[in-house]
Amino acid sequence: MDALDWTGLLALSFAAGTAGGLLGVGGGVLFVPALVVFAGQSQLGAQATSLVAIVVVSLVGTWRQRGYGNVRLRDGVTVGLLSPLGVLAGVVLANAVPERVLELSFAAVQLYIAAQLAREVGLPSRPVKR
Amino acid sequence: MPSRLPRLAAIATAAGAFSGLFGVGGGTIIVPLLVLWLGYEQKEATGTSLAAIIVIGGMAAAAQAAYGNVDLAKGLLIGLPGAAGVVAGAAIQQRISHRAVAAAFIVLLLASAAILIF
Repeated sequence: MDALDWTGLLALSFAAGTAGGLLGVGGGVLFVPALVVFAGQSQLGAQATSLVAIVVVSLVGTWRQRGYGNVRLRDGVTVGLLSPLGVLAGVVLANAVPERVLELSFAAVQLYIAAQLAREVGLPSRPVKR
Repeated sequence: MPSRLPRLAAIATAAGAFSGLFGVGGGTIIVPLLVLWLGYEQKEATGTSLAAIIVIGGMAAAAQAAYGNVDLAKGLLIGLPGAAGVVAGAAIQQRISHRAVAAAFIVLLLASAAILIF
């Protein structure tokens, strides 16, 4: 790794953390490519290694957001503890449905959620009281 | 609210499936569903999502470490600037409106959908 690699790795990692604090995500979407491009890791290795950084970011982020009064710890831990159900469902799905269909289905779910969220908060126009 | 636990379980299942299948954290699913299904404010949803990700990421990291796939030193190396970033991101969030956070989140969802499609 040369100086440029180090700069890119540290800058993308900082950006991943910032996205975590701002948007409530772990930052894997930036950590993984940072490790692949700047640290020469394989996709699998990068996904595994990024989890360490994701845990650090979510720990520090939860601590800060708790200080701001934005964490309902009980609900968060409940979602975390029940998530293995989803991993199992994901494995079953992955073996039953072609990957391309899964990708397109999840993309459709995200687009639908984006539209619902936009309506909920009144974007792009002001909400009409329902 | 009697339907609270089933809703949390549904969010957990969707987030777990998403991260299991595509290798990204479940945050993009957890945050909007807390808003839409449980009436969370946008900022509360992001903070609570991070608490869930500690557990989800921790379990996934332990499983990957058992297979010897985790480079702990590199993980901590990127985790430190990540930690500085999350402190900054959370501080910035307190200075902008819920709607602005939601708008940024919608951009993230569109980008993520685009990555899945293309």
